[in-house]
Amino acid sequence: MKNIVPILTVVAAIVVIWYAAAIPMNSQWALDQAERAEVELSTGELILDTWSQERPRLPAPHQVVSELWGSTVEMKITSKRSLIFHGWITLSATMLGFAFGTGLGILLAVGIVHSRAMDMGVMPWAIASQTIPILAIAPMIIVVLSSLGVTGIIPKAIISAYLSFFPVVVGMVKGLRSPAAFDLDLMKTYSASRSQTFWKLRLPASMPYLFASLKVGIAAALVGTIVGELPTGAIRGLGARMLSGSYYGQTVQIWSALFAAAILAAILVGIIGVIQRRTLTRMGMNA
Amino acid sequence: MSTNPVIEAKGLDLTFETNDGPVHALKGVDLAVDKGDFVSFIGPSGCGKTTFLRCIAGLEHPTGGTLTVNGMTPDEARKSRAYGYVFQAAGLYPWRTIAGNVRLPLEIMGYPKSEHAGRIEKVLDLVDLKGFGKKFPWQLSGGMQQRASIARALAFDADIMLMDEPFGALDEIVRDHLNEQLLDLWARTEKTIAFVTHSIPEAVYLSTKIVVMSPRPGRITDVIESPLPKERPLDIRDSKEFLDVAHRVREGLREGHSYD
Repeated sequence: MKNIVPILTVVAAIVVIWYAAAIPMNSQWALDQAERAEVELSTGELILDTWSQERPRLPAPHQVVSELWGSTVEMKITSKRSLIFHGWITLSATMLGFAFGTGLGILLAVGIVHSRAMDMGVMPWAIASQTIPILAIAPMIIVVLSSLGVTGIIPKAIISAYLSFFPVVVGMVKGLRSPAAFDLDLMKTYSASRSQTFWKLRLPASMPYLFASLKVGIAAALVGTIVGELPTGAIRGLGARMLSGSYYGQTVQIWSALFAAAILAAILVGIIGVIQRRTLTRMGMNA
Repeated sequence: MSTNPVIEAKGLDLTFETNDGPVHALKGVDLAVDKGDFVSFIGPSGCGKTTFLRCIAGLEHPTGGTLTVNGMTPDEARKSRAYGYVFQAAGLYPWRTIAGNVRLPLEIMGYPKSEHAGRIEKVLDLVDLKGFGKKFPWQLSGGMQQRASIARALAFDADIMLMDEPFGALDEIVRDHLNEQLLDLWARTEKTIAFVTHSIPEAVYLSTKIVVMSPRPGRITDVIESPLPKERPLDIRDSKEFLDVAHRVREGLREGHSYD
């Protein structure tokens, strides 16, 4: 409960700044409309108008919230305008991509830690892969895969995996190398095999690092999926929702899709956090 | 009983090649340790005492001379589980309970599962940690953790215990207590113990044989057979014999060490 006051303070500050920013952003439109209708707007009327336009440059917080509410709670999930429907499309691709990415990341990390050749050969490519803008490579992945006949959830999941494997590789390499020299010496005095050292020492020691990476990785996976939905002319998913909003100047729709994505990311990271706490407590490492 | 020494070094050299030229960590080390001995290695930093212990364990490999453990090479001896090693840090795995940590070598060495519980109970009893098996390491004090790590080294049937400053990080009161317990343990288990320390009183109190070493190059300057009886209450440290041995150790250290 101690945390709630600072959090609420920050939220309140953001809301205030947001409302304040909406006034200058949207006032030009309000003034133009008034001029055309040949009426004078008082300052009060002007401000109220900037907070209630249908297609504002910057929608006010209550507009976004009511759109969010309207397109989730008050709409049937099967509707093409339901954010829960679109969110589920995005979430399923995210989870698949995250599973891919995490698996690949762990495998690469195990290889990198155990083989000097892989350490030298793979790590630079992993880093290089992340320097390419995902926005540039996403359409190519989709085009290439669709020409091979792969469409639907898989291409999005691959883009999502492309972003999420990297933090897992970096974190797991660090984690698998975290045992101290005398931890490894102890294993040597037992004449332990490499696989025994891996299962009994390296892997458990890497768990805190793995969970830290997973938190970054799942957020990156969500971003990857949304980016994968943008350039494809997809009609379903949070990314498609943002894109169609921008086609038709539906700024409220864009913002509510953005918030839906942010809330989804927060929930996913939160779930990993809970699993992390439970696991590490059971392992006696959460002191 | 065989009269062959348990650990025997002859003309042992170990030279590390570094960018600043060769470093002679050990030079011409001759030593024989008999079964049931309690040998302490004492000397200033860089005298090679820890390096010598690591050579016995097969963690470092000498560049010259011969070294046998139970009549085998150190690597063979390690594979035949000749020794248990206790490090300066307890090094318990935080994700395992105390019993789980003691079980670690049993799992790795493939002892049958049915023996685990009995062995764990026996060694936890030996180090006075009965009833702490289910605790995690962070729930124990530093001294208790170090006792658990000794239990871990005792869990399998090694005849030799190699101990590298096991009590170096503990305060003096705890250390006195653990020294007393270690002597008791040694008497009960009849193991051969090689013990590295910085502390003269600790070395004299514990050992049947004290090896004084000096650095640059790392070598043995004196080997003292202790005249003290095997039964040693803590107040033996005020006796004349004790002080005489301590004096001789101090002389040996001074001789091999120039402070300029």
